[in-house]
Amino acid sequence: MMQAIGLETVGMTMRFGAFTALDNVTTRIKPGTVHALLGENGAGKSTLVKCIMGFYHATEGGLLIDGHEARVADPVDAQRLGLGMVYQHFTLVPSLTGAENLVISRADAPQVINWNTERAALDAFLADLPFQPPLDRPVSRMSAGEKQKLEIVKQLYLGSRFLILDEPTSVLTPAEADEVLSHIRALCEGGRITVLLITHKFREVRSFADDVTVLRRGKMVGSGRVADLSDKQMAEMMMGETIARAELERTGTPGSVVLAMKDAQAPALSGPKGIAIDDLTVQAGQIVGVAGISGNGQTELMEMLTGQRTLTGGQIEVKGQPFGATRTEVHDLKVRYLPEEPLKNASAPRMSVAENLALREFDRGPDGSIFWQNRRKMLRTARRRIDDFEVKAPSPHVPIATLSGGNVQRTVLAREFSGDVDLLIVANPCFGLDFNAVAAVRERLMQARNRGVAILLISEDLDEIFELADRIVVMSEGHLAFAAEAGATHAGEVGSYMAGHA
Amino acid sequence: MSDVTASRTVFPAALSIWVPRLEAVIIPIGALVVGLGLFAVFLLFLGRSPVDFFALVYKAGFGTGFSWKNTLSRVAPLLFAGLCVALPARLGLVVIGGEGAIALGGLAAAVMGVWSGALPGAIGLILMAAAAMVIGGAWIGAIGFLRIKRGVNETIASLLMAYIAIALMNHLVEGAFRDPASLNKPSTAPLPDSLRVGDMPIGIEVHWGLGIGVLCCFLCWILLDRTTIGFAARVAGGNIRAAQVQSLPVGKLVIGFTALGGSMAGLAGYFEVTATHGAANASLVVGYGYTGILVAFLARHNPIAIIPVAVLLAGFEASSGLIQRRMDLPDATILVMQGIVFVVLLLSETLYGRLRIFRPDLWGGKA
Repeated sequence: MMQAIGLETVGMTMRFGAFTALDNVTTRIKPGTVHALLGENGAGKSTLVKCIMGFYHATEGGLLIDGHEARVADPVDAQRLGLGMVYQHFTLVPSLTGAENLVISRADAPQVINWNTERAALDAFLADLPFQPPLDRPVSRMSAGEKQKLEIVKQLYLGSRFLILDEPTSVLTPAEADEVLSHIRALCEGGRITVLLITHKFREVRSFADDVTVLRRGKMVGSGRVADLSDKQMAEMMMGETIARAELERTGTPGSVVLAMKDAQAPALSGPKGIAIDDLTVQAGQIVGVAGISGNGQTELMEMLTGQRTLTGGQIEVKGQPFGATRTEVHDLKVRYLPEEPLKNASAPRMSVAENLALREFDRGPDGSIFWQNRRKMLRTARRRIDDFEVKAPSPHVPIATLSGGNVQRTVLAREFSGDVDLLIVANPCFGLDFNAVAAVRERLMQARNRGVAILLISEDLDEIFELADRIVVMSEGHLAFAAEAGATHAGEVGSYMAGHA
Repeated sequence: MSDVTASRTVFPAALSIWVPRLEAVIIPIGALVVGLGLFAVFLLFLGRSPVDFFALVYKAGFGTGFSWKNTLSRVAPLLFAGLCVALPARLGLVVIGGEGAIALGGLAAAVMGVWSGALPGAIGLILMAAAAMVIGGAWIGAIGFLRIKRGVNETIASLLMAYIAIALMNHLVEGAFRDPASLNKPSTAPLPDSLRVGDMPIGIEVHWGLGIGVLCCFLCWILLDRTTIGFAARVAGGNIRAAQVQSLPVGKLVIGFTALGGSMAGLAGYFEVTATHGAANASLVVGYGYTGILVAFLARHNPIAIIPVAVLLAGFEASSGLIQRRMDLPDATILVMQGIVFVVLLLSETLYGRLRIFRPDLWGGKA
């Protein structure tokens, strides 16, 4: 029996004031298929699904469900029509078990819950599913993959027959991602649900989707069967011009050791096990990529390197000198940092762009530290850097928080990449940036490497690690589980160490 | 709207500096007006005329030479108490315990005065001021220390430590440092005339606390706005994580600015003792530290803006006696007014960046 429902958008247009976020998008999602929705950030993917789910009401155009025109007033209405969505971030209650999360998510959950009958009903419901989420453990003790499965089961349990998955694998290991997606595939093939999969990973589209729709700047620029399209064609649709990403040029050979961590230990953010980095070195003209799933000690590693987390043992050396990340040491040894989420970690949001550009050297004069601010110099430098790094800001005086994400990142890059740099410590530099901004950031990093800068790149994006790193180490449960030259390993091997097996 | 259109063509870049400054002036003034309006409604419920009330406030606070003297003599402690809030606020810390540092600073000054009675007046006065600043600075600086080393919430800690400070001051004034001659109001020994701060030669009877207070406001403004230390403090207050990643000495800044704020509150106590009361006693604890919180918030923690705001609130406080007598309202009425203004002011904090009129691009086009 086919329970899955088909869905079509017809000429769907969404305008916010003068801005058209979605322009006449017509697409057909056949029942019982996995349909991928591709597009870079800001292409209109979330606007489209928000229109489908009733968060927004399309300015023009409409929705057909199983061929009948449907009006979705709000997300509750969507649920009633069998449309469900799994968000990028989990919406489960961490302190409750899987079973409890499922039952309380129901709109008609009784005031007094009879757990015996509910449990029997749940077991009967789960019996037909191709996979079983853990029911008796609290969500806080589940892995990301288990939580994702529970989210999907929750939607089925609530009666969704059309499921929108918003980048469901962004928090999973490659192995977990494959497992979850193959379960989804099985559900679709069984005719139980139809899935609209928002993603930017071609590999997932290729392996798990039947059809694909590509959006660019709010317009539908391509659609078709995945089997009929090559990755290159899909990339071209997504990006517009043929900017199949040029392989970044890599020149020079690694020089002397710049950063060395030896038996460095520090307490972890949570949990009894601490962070222990036995041996990590970065040479001049080398990018060392630290791969790992978030929460395996990367935050703590960054804090150790920035002097925010006191070592309980071992040491960090830069160019052979003990390094405690004081302002003098950082300046004299030419160390720069590019933390993830620059607005949150690398700038003072309410201070101006010019002031934020000056954070590195506002207290430095020609000879040592200075007492009086030099505002004229600050503004002059700011204007130059805004030009050099093509920061789009209405004026150097506006608060940095008013800029877009890409321009905040450019501002921080302009600050950290200017002047003499010998060691660059970078964490997830491309989070939340669009395709062009990502390409620009990576190119800057590679240019710095080719100039002889030593770069430690902490990243959760395995593609980024493989694109940039000369040497790859894997961080798992607070220690380095694996190290290899980039050319001598592959994603599968690194992934298995990230997942903690092998 | 005509001057708006005119400026559109002239100074697009300068507008992005001036419009936010204008916003920072107009929003607190708006909050003050709305707060006073709500207080007027409160008065109507009590069956009193708001018009009479504000006329009396004007008359008693600012209307005559005598009322100006009364007002200005209350400005000094409000300036210092305001600075005690504004300086840590630059680092994002909400310190509300200035009252305690005033009490202990005043006591330290009085005790130092008793000990240095034989010294020449000028040296004695300097030693007393130093004692007040050191004790006040240590008291509030300890709050900064607890914050940075142990993560103790500075707002709660400063409030609770103010209670300890006041109790400690009372304990010592009634015990170890009590002048046996002070019978119904326990006090420290009265200071000799050589250790009393006099009036400024400006034709109105106001002691030197006002002049020094204004000077301190300017010095603090220079520190915050013109030096690299002030810049570092603004970075740390704007985003502590960014400051740490930039290896700025956040701990030293926090302890330094809280201690400096505390020493300002200590000076408030010093002038209360040497200029107003001539001894340390329970009169040190009359709420200047708490009114100082309102002063600093209305001034948006800008040391120069503290000066006019302190004068305004001192005028309100100066009028409370007359209001009590003429309108048959309790003394606490002024406190109700301050409370209402403060709540409206906190609400107005949410308006920054939300009012269309303050968007530079609307004024200056897309520069």
